[in-house]
Order: sequence, then C-alpha cells, then structure tokens
Amino acid sequence: MNHHPYQQASYLQSRSGYDWLWAALLLVGAGYLFSQYQALMDGYEIGILLSSVLVLLGLGWQWSALKTLSLTVAAFSLLAISRYGDDLSLGETSFLLKYLFASQSAIMWMSALYVMATVAYLGLLFSGRPFVGKVASSLTWSATAMGMTGLMVRWRESYLMGADIGHIPVSNLYEVFILFSIITALLYLHYEQKYNTRSLGGFVLLVISAAVGFLLWYTFDRHADGIQPLVPALNSYWMKIHVPANFVGYGAFSLAAMIGVVFILKSRAADSNPQGFINARLPDLALLDDVMYKAIALGFAFFTLATILGALWAAEAWGGYWSWDPKETWALIVWLNYAAWLHMRLTKGWNGKPMAWWALIGFFVTLFAFLGVNMFLSGLHSYGEL
Amino acid sequence: MPPSTVRILLRFLGSMNLAITLLVAIAIAAVIGTVVQQNQPYPDYVFKFGPFWFEVFKQLDLFNVYSSAWFLTILGFLVLSTSVCVYRNLPAIVKDINDYRENSQRSILLKQPYQQAFDQSATVADSLALISAVLKQHHYRFRLKQEGNSYLVAAKKGAASRLGYIFSHVAIIVICIGGLLDGNLPLKIAEWRGKIAVETRRIPASEIPAISTLGNDNLSFRANVDIAERGQADLAFIDYKDGYLLQKLPFTIQVDDFRIEHYPSGQPKSFESDLTILDPAAAQPIKQTISVNHPLNYKGYSIYQNSFGDGGSKLSLKAWPLTNAQAAKSLQASVKAHTPIESQTLEISDFRPFNVNPDPRGVKKFINIGPTFQYKLRDATGIANEYITSMQPTQQDGRWFYSSGMRSKVSEAFKYWMIPADANQRLDRFMAFYQGLHNPQKLQQLATQAANASKAAQKSDLKQRQAVAAFMVQLGQQFASGGYEQIATTIEKTVDEPRRQEVTELYAAALQQLLKNLYLDVLQQEGIKTDTELSAFDSQFYTDAVEAANLGYLYGSPWFFELERFQHIEATGLQITRSPGQWLVFPGCLLLVLGVFCMFYLPQRRLWLLVETKDQGVSILLAGNAVRNRYDFDREFAGIAQQLNPTV
Repeated sequence: MNHHPYQQASYLQSRSGYDWLWAALLLVGAGYLFSQYQALMDGYEIGILLSSVLVLLGLGWQWSALKTLSLTVAAFSLLAISRYGDDLSLGETSFLLKYLFASQSAIMWMSALYVMATVAYLGLLFSGRPFVGKVASSLTWSATAMGMTGLMVRWRESYLMGADIGHIPVSNLYEVFILFSIITALLYLHYEQKYNTRSLGGFVLLVISAAVGFLLWYTFDRHADGIQPLVPALNSYWMKIHVPANFVGYGAFSLAAMIGVVFILKSRAADSNPQGFINARLPDLALLDDVMYKAIALGFAFFTLATILGALWAAEAWGGYWSWDPKETWALIVWLNYAAWLHMRLTKGWNGKPMAWWALIGFFVTLFAFLGVNMFLSGLHSYGEL
Repeated sequence: MPPSTVRILLRFLGSMNLAITLLVAIAIAAVIGTVVQQNQPYPDYVFKFGPFWFEVFKQLDLFNVYSSAWFLTILGFLVLSTSVCVYRNLPAIVKDINDYRENSQRSILLKQPYQQAFDQSATVADSLALISAVLKQHHYRFRLKQEGNSYLVAAKKGAASRLGYIFSHVAIIVICIGGLLDGNLPLKIAEWRGKIAVETRRIPASEIPAISTLGNDNLSFRANVDIAERGQADLAFIDYKDGYLLQKLPFTIQVDDFRIEHYPSGQPKSFESDLTILDPAAAQPIKQTISVNHPLNYKGYSIYQNSFGDGGSKLSLKAWPLTNAQAAKSLQASVKAHTPIESQTLEISDFRPFNVNPDPRGVKKFINIGPTFQYKLRDATGIANEYITSMQPTQQDGRWFYSSGMRSKVSEAFKYWMIPADANQRLDRFMAFYQGLHNPQKLQQLATQAANASKAAQKSDLKQRQAVAAFMVQLGQQFASGGYEQIATTIEKTVDEPRRQEVTELYAAALQQLLKNLYLDVLQQEGIKTDTELSAFDSQFYTDAVEAANLGYLYGSPWFFELERFQHIEATGLQITRSPGQWLVFPGCLLLVLGVFCMFYLPQRRLWLLVETKDQGVSILLAGNAVRNRYDFDREFAGIAQQLNPTV
C-alpha cells in the first residue's frame, strides 16, 4: 500500500499557490512597514506587527475570500496614500480622494453600500431569486472593502495632520462604529459561506444599517467625524489590541441576537404557517441554533480576551487592573450573562426558543455596555461621549 | 457530620443551579453599583436621596457595593461553588482524557447516538489501513485492539476541550482569590477587629493618630498623594468609607518637575513627572520620569501619574478697599494657605495659569482668558464668600472688562462683576471712582459744588443749598451701599403712588449730577481736561463704571484683589499602589483565555470502528459521539462514513 487515496498531505503541503503568494505578500508588506517605521515602534508594537502577520496568514489560509478582500483593501489604501503624498489638503482637491478614497468619502461609500446590501438581502428573502442574493453578497463585500480602506486611509491621514497626532483609528465612537460594522459584516459573511445560506443577511445587515444610521447622524448632526489628537490616557499600544478584540465580541453578540430573531420567526412560522415563504426560505432550526451558539462562543472567547487586555491596560494606566469603573462593571455583566447562557446550553442542554430570546436580550445588555454607559453613566471610559 | 450530609452539601455547592444563581446575583449587584454612584462624599448622598433613604442605602452598603460584606460573600460563594464543581469533575475528566475506551463492547457501540454498519470487500489489513488514513486525515488519534477475528479501532480527538474546562474554572477561582487579596478585605477585617479606625477630619498628616496610620505590613492598597514641585513625601492617603487612612511608605518620593505637554491645538498631550526615589536601603537615589500609561515600579510598589494641581503658587496681590477710600495695599499670599487681611482671612484654593474656555463666537474654538485664582474671604464670624478673579481684562462688545465671580454657596454658579478697564487696561480709574463714592468728604465737597452751581441755587439761600447738598450726599451713599435698587426701595416706602414718578425722576437727576461730578473729578485727578466734550472712550467708560458701581454692593466683599504677579508652583497627583494579588490574577487570566478557546474550538469527539472478518471481506460498525457542536459532527460523521463506504 504505497499510495492511498486518503494518505493525508500535511497542512503545508495542501496550501495552494495563492496561499503562498499571500504569505509572501504579507512578509514583504510587514518587512516594508518595519523598515519604514522601525524608529516609531517600541518592542510591543513590533510584537503586534508580527502577531498581525501571523493572524492574517492564518485567516487567509483558512478563509480564501479574506485574501482577496485584504489585497483589494491594500491596493485601494496604497493608491490613496500615494495620491496623498504628504499633502493632506489633496483630500479636498484630488478627484480620486475626494470622491472615493479619502477616509470620509470611503466611509460614505461603505454606508451607502451596506444600506443597499440590506435592501438586496431583504429582496432575496421576499423574491427568493438567487441572483438577488449574489448581488447582496457582492454589495456587502464591497462595503466592507470600502470601510476597511476608509480606516486605513484615516490612519495615514492622522499622521499627515502631524507626527504626534497620528494614531490607529479606533479611538472614538465614530471610528469604532465603522469597526463594528466591518467586523459584524465579516463574521456574517464567514457563516454565509460556511453554511451556504444567504437568507440570514437581511436580518444581520439590519444591525449594520442601524450602525450606519448612527454614523451618519454622528457625522452630519454632531460633526464628530474629524480626527482628534489622543487624550494622554489612550496613548498606548494597548489600544491597538484591546479595542479590536472587544469589537469582535460585540459583533459576534449582535450576529447571535439577529440569528435569535430569525430562529423565533422561523419557529413561529413553522407552527402557524408552514407553507409561507418565511418557513420555506429561512434555514433549518438546527442550523440556526448551531450558528447562534457558535457566534456566542466566538463572541464570549473574544470578549473574555478583550476584557483581560483591558484589565492589563488599566493596570498600567489607572493604577489597578480592576477599578469597578462603570464600563468595566458592564463588561463584567455582559460576560456573566453570556457565561450563564453558555452554561445553560452546554451543561443543561437548553436550546431552541428560550435561548434565542436570551440571545436577543443579551444584545440589549451588550448595547448598554457599549453605548448606554457612555450616555448615562460617568467614569474613566469617557472617550466616546454622546 | 455524617457523610451523607457532606455529600448533600457538596452536591448543593457544586450544582449548576447555584452557579447560575450566583452569576446572576453578581450581575445584579454590579448593575446596582453602576446606578448608584460609588464612593461619593456622604453629604452628596443625603442631598440626592434624602435622609431616610440615605440611611437605608447606607445600611445596605449601597455606596460601596463592591467592598460590602454581602457582595464579598457572594463572590466567596462563587469561588466555593466553582471549586466544588472542579473537585467533583476533575477525576472523571483526567480519566477521560487518557481513555480511548478501546475496551468497549459491541453493545456499547450500539448505544452511541451516531452509528452506521456496512461491509467492505477487502482484507482486514487493507481495511485497517484505509481506516487509519481517514482517521488521520480528520486529526483523530486512535488505538487498535484485536480479539480473535474482530478488531476494534478506538479513536478520539479534542481532549484539550476537557482540559479547557479545568483551565477556565480553576482560572476563575485563582482570579477571584487574587482580586479578594487586592480588594479592601484585609482592611475591613482589621477595622472589624478594632485595629484601625477611619480618619474623617481635615488635619495635617503629622497629627493623624496611629490607629488611622498603616505601615509596611499593609500588603495591598491604592493610595493618593499630591506633591508640589521640588517637594517630597513618604506617605499617601487611602480613601476609605467617608474618610481616609494614612499609608506610610518605606521610601521618600521627591518630585523634581511636573510638565504638561500640549498639541499644537492646545489640547493636553501628556502629563509627566520627574521623580527621584530616596530609599535608605538603596545605594543611590533612583530617577525616573513617569507619565500616564508609563508608571514607575519599585519594590512591589507602583507609582502612577494620576492628576495634577497647584502646589502652593506664590501670588502678589493688590488689595483695593471697596468700602472706604484708603490706599490699596500690597499683599503676598500662597495658594492653599491662609493670609490674614485686617479682620478677614484670605484662603486661596486654586490658581490656574491658563484658562482655555470655549470661544463664545465660534463652534469648537477655544480662547485662553489668562490666569485666574480662586479664593474664599472669611470674616471674623467664620462666614465666607467664594470668588474667582482673572488677572487680565477680557474683551466684550469691543470693550475691556476685569471680571470677578462671586458665590455664597458652593452649590451655586459664580455671578460675575464686570469692571471696566481704563485706557491703560488698568483698574485705577474705576477704583478711584468707586472709592470716591465711599468717601463722605469727597461726596460732601462735590454735592456742595453741584448745589451751588445749579440754576436754582442763584435764588436760594445758604440753608436751602446745604439741604440740597446733604440730600445729594445721602443719595450717593445709598447708591454706594445698595445701588439703584436701594434708592427705589426708599422711594417706594416713603412716597405715595401718585408722586413716585416725579420723585424718582428728581432723585435720578440729582444722583446723575453727583456721579457725573465725581467722574469729572476723577478725570481731573488723572490730568484730563474736562471743560471740552469727553472722548467717546471716556463717556462710554462712565456708563460702564456707573453700571459696575450700581452692582458693586452684590459683590459682598470689602476688598477687591488684583493679581499683579505670580510664581507658578505645580503639584503632581500620584497614585501609589501595591497589589500582590496581581501575581495570581494575571496568570489566572492567561489560563482563562487558554481554557475558553480550548473548550470552544477543540470539541471532544469519539469514534469506534469494529472490523470483523466475514467469508468475503469485512463488516464494519462505525459508531461515535460528540460532546458539543453536534451539527458539525453530523457532517464529519457522514463524511467519514462516505469515505469508508463510497458505495452508499
């Protein structure tokens, strides 16, 4: 038995040419960044750069679509950055920047595309035509690419405003709402491909559209879309890892809540109107239950990580790893809530409708921790006041 | 206790229902702690909730939920419950991790939730090779057991998921114990045993009694201290309940400098202190600059940049008397010190060299109105008003005014007295005018002049003219002590309704005459010719000065303090902590993250393949189970079955 059909090629042997190209590009990119900005980076930031390369490598190898997305974003961003040169005012005069890739323009494109995608996904739900679904997916991918480009370009723009003003764009509510939209969309797209169903899009994209609505209100009513220099407390490498980890958690919990809504609708329709289009077009209850669990597990894991990173940062900035600051306390409440959810499901075997309702309630608890604390309670986390 | 009671107790403590109840209870307690603001001064709560509910909430420890006995008890129960849970499950899990269950009988396989039986026309060796390859492809580890003609392949993967359970639950125990060590539990115990007592009086550190002082044996604390530039401290203060405790340090912290760096837009960029640690045990002093996010760690103590304030700036003041015509005095005073001035005491609480305020003219623009200082002026009976005065005049409607805010209660907002600045941007002209108003001789002289100069004076005798002058002096004094308001009140009291209008006009004309003469006299003293028409500035100044004089009595102070020069001395606010519990908490956190990821992403799965020889080929029974992620296992099981039995 020399060559068996199921003789397993090793993980590395089964990588495609595209995978290796991806690895090579990542290395070249990171090497270039390192050679250019070495002087500005401390040991922790070099560590973060290295970890980002590894994480992107792993994600790209695991999920092929992410490679294409990242390369598109990289191409757009590099184009915009090279167009800027070192003159920030080109954002107002250069056609390419003003109408496409200046951060605020790219984010407007993202907003418009996400809303269009929501409409398309709802169209798919009502019409049932696969072509509409394809359009909806493409719109979501495009919106995500524009949003990520917007953040990348904004990062560069902040440095063009002044070397000491420059910082990663995750420092205020405007910026984290963009991050939230992108991460929620990517998590959704991942499950869409994995489970090969587009019928959840209309629901998940509703949350993203709401975030976009907030973003537009924040831009046009509050004029809060400008780049502001960092307050001293935020000026730390911890921000680069604490905030994104937190938003993977928030995004996953939102996704789980919307799947909970779909679960409730589907199980109602299955009882009252089994022939209706809701019952026919929405995925199986078993699948919904599984995706909901997976989203909460993912969110919980990242939320745990984010809260711990926050505690480590607090130990360095506020003199203690835990101060019972309202934001910290509400993070704990969110954590306890999902810990209870997971215990109920994994050890007591609860599933179905009660868990779907609980996931939806959990979303409101999360929403309060994310926004309510900033609106109603005062404390150390006063970076994103409404 | 009989063993059965122990078992019942353990079962209760380790039960999932108790665990969930505790999780929910902690969440609710945490919500309460965010709704009721924690650790505020007690009077604030009395003001907010009223005396009755204040007492109720105080008894329930709602003002410091997170260090209350009941909250710590719930946390203690969580630790206990989780410990019992781990204790009860650990042996089974350890056994499970290394157990392939290769001794399972056919009957056990037939009880598994996933099963499939099929035949293969292959030799046992080929069949086993295929099974081995497929299992490896799916990352299973397995053992083979032969019994006569039957071969059992027992496979499993995801043992780390069981380890993840242990990691995450042990982590919770470790984190909670570390957190309890760093909380104020040790202090509470010491207080309960009568070893320490909270200090509530505002007294110098040297007078704080030993029972409110903590030494090196206090292993865990968070304390604060403000140190002026070029000052030193070997102690810090722990906020505790409605007072504080004094924490002694085994070294002295010296502050060499404090700086605030700014962005070009004026927003603060960093707060930095240059520190020197003077430790008798160290060979030489340790010098380090700390800033927000960059603390100094020394011998288990961490020193953080926490806040900043005034460290006793020296102010040179000019005190203008407001109730008599004496010359202004020079006065040296320091921030945070008491300076006597005649029967009053000047207590300066703060000095700020910059005051960047929102520009009233534009959105998101800021202007610096220059230095200000804040103080209380306390009279002999102990009653004080509070003032905030700026050093430089600011522009309003194109004119320049000195402004000084006054309030008699801390809860009120400041009401501002706007004093016009003269052509040299000084207070001198207004003060000369205002002091003249409080000078009876000057008023008498000016009133007599006015009485003699009026048209009516030609026809009247000396007595009448004296009466008119006395009336004008009286009016001037009323105006000085209570503004138009007081004159109007007098008219209301003494004159009947029908004649009021007429009398008011008469009074106003007389007062205006007197004030005008007073102002012209001030101008003459300055050397300005007054026989020609006044310049636009001088006549506008007159209007503003009369308005300021009208409201002057509301200022409620016998002195106006003008800030002439200052020497700014800053203080840095340091937080000093000791938290040995972090050496449990941080490893615990690592364990928790590891545990959570293992639990969710390495789910445990088992497969058994019972291969038995038949006349032609082999028959295979495939069985399996999965602890979680059944949906994924459905697909994996179907895939493996398909690979082993492609004919289906």
